[in-house]
Amino acid sequence: MPTPLRIVIAKPGLDGHDRGAKVVARALRDAGHEVIYTGLRRTPEQIVRIAMDEDAQVLGLSSLSGAHGFLFPKVCELLREAGLDDVIVFGGGIIPERDRPALYEAGISAIFGPGTTSNEMIEFLENLEV
Amino acid sequence: MNRRELARALSNPESIVAAERPSEPWCVLGVTGAPGVGKSCLVDHIVQQWLNTGERVAILAVDPSSPISGGALLGDRMRMSSVDEGDDVFFRSIATRNLPGGVPSHLNRMVDLLIEKGWTKVIIETVGAGQSEIRVVAVADRILLVEGPARGDVIQAEKAGILELADIIAVNKCDLDGAERVADEIRLSLNFSAEDSAPVVLCSAETGEGVQNLVDTIENVALARGPEIAKARERLLAAHQELILSHPNFTDALKGLCDGRYTTKEALQLLK
Repeated sequence: MPTPLRIVIAKPGLDGHDRGAKVVARALRDAGHEVIYTGLRRTPEQIVRIAMDEDAQVLGLSSLSGAHGFLFPKVCELLREAGLDDVIVFGGGIIPERDRPALYEAGISAIFGPGTTSNEMIEFLENLEV
Repeated sequence: MNRRELARALSNPESIVAAERPSEPWCVLGVTGAPGVGKSCLVDHIVQQWLNTGERVAILAVDPSSPISGGALLGDRMRMSSVDEGDDVFFRSIATRNLPGGVPSHLNRMVDLLIEKGWTKVIIETVGAGQSEIRVVAVADRILLVEGPARGDVIQAEKAGILELADIIAVNKCDLDGAERVADEIRLSLNFSAEDSAPVVLCSAETGEGVQNLVDTIENVALARGPEIAKARERLLAAHQELILSHPNFTDALKGLCDGRYTTKEALQLLK
């Protein structure tokens, strides 16, 4: 078995919907990775802190509330400030196409919306160089 | 060593170089109990109490890796929002993996490093369901077993052998019916086995009732009772297991057993 990736799955902001995050966490676990779920309603500061303490290589952000435009870039910015710019960040949830370019610009490596298969995600992770 | 360097170092327990921690004052609390009894919520309370008294607290939460995929879902910290902020608390989720040397020796090194770097209390949390978990908590100076009402009976805990190792037993969820009875059953069961048995404390992580009493009991519990021998036994076995697993002939012995070249006895000879 290859060394598992350490992946933090986080729910930033006041969004209370975590079915998707839990499905993703489960799928990544079944693909052989170590997945740390933060629980609901974490601040960007807390999420960066969790990624640091857990020595995560990958961070997944889930948002269905519409606040991704603020929260995702904020997390990326704080990661850089904390010296964690080598952490790969991906997003998921309800992220309209028109919002995505700005998020990629801010440092999000991939965005997985509804209809994504778990294989697509797993493939994305397998192709990472971490 | 800054926080990130510490987190990084903990990812490679094999290469940790740290002085063996002193045995006094005590610093490692092992927390175990069946799934769903409220270990994480209770630990959250204990952490807060300790932070209030100026301790620097690190939590190592151990969960099993899947033997099939090798992956793990580590969700202990979701119930402990207090650990996500502040410089004096550090939380790390640990998957058991298929570690050469086993988890206990790795944990031992991680704890040594944390203590060396100025953390004053370390909590090791694990689901108490079997022998390997017992070895995990045997790393600790004090062992807290968490029980709860409406779980059937305490025979489960006795079966796992953890009851006799526990220094303190917390019956959580005392806001629910039946907690008092469970506490009585445990006391009764303990009275059969030891003269000076472990204290049984009622508490509720939900309401906070009894938590202060629990923290005081953890601090003041008399040590060097019977379980010390049981704990030392687990530590010795864990160390022995590490010795065997890291033996240069281990893979050969394993293969030889599989293809019939060796009997178990002969394989064991190779590992001497």
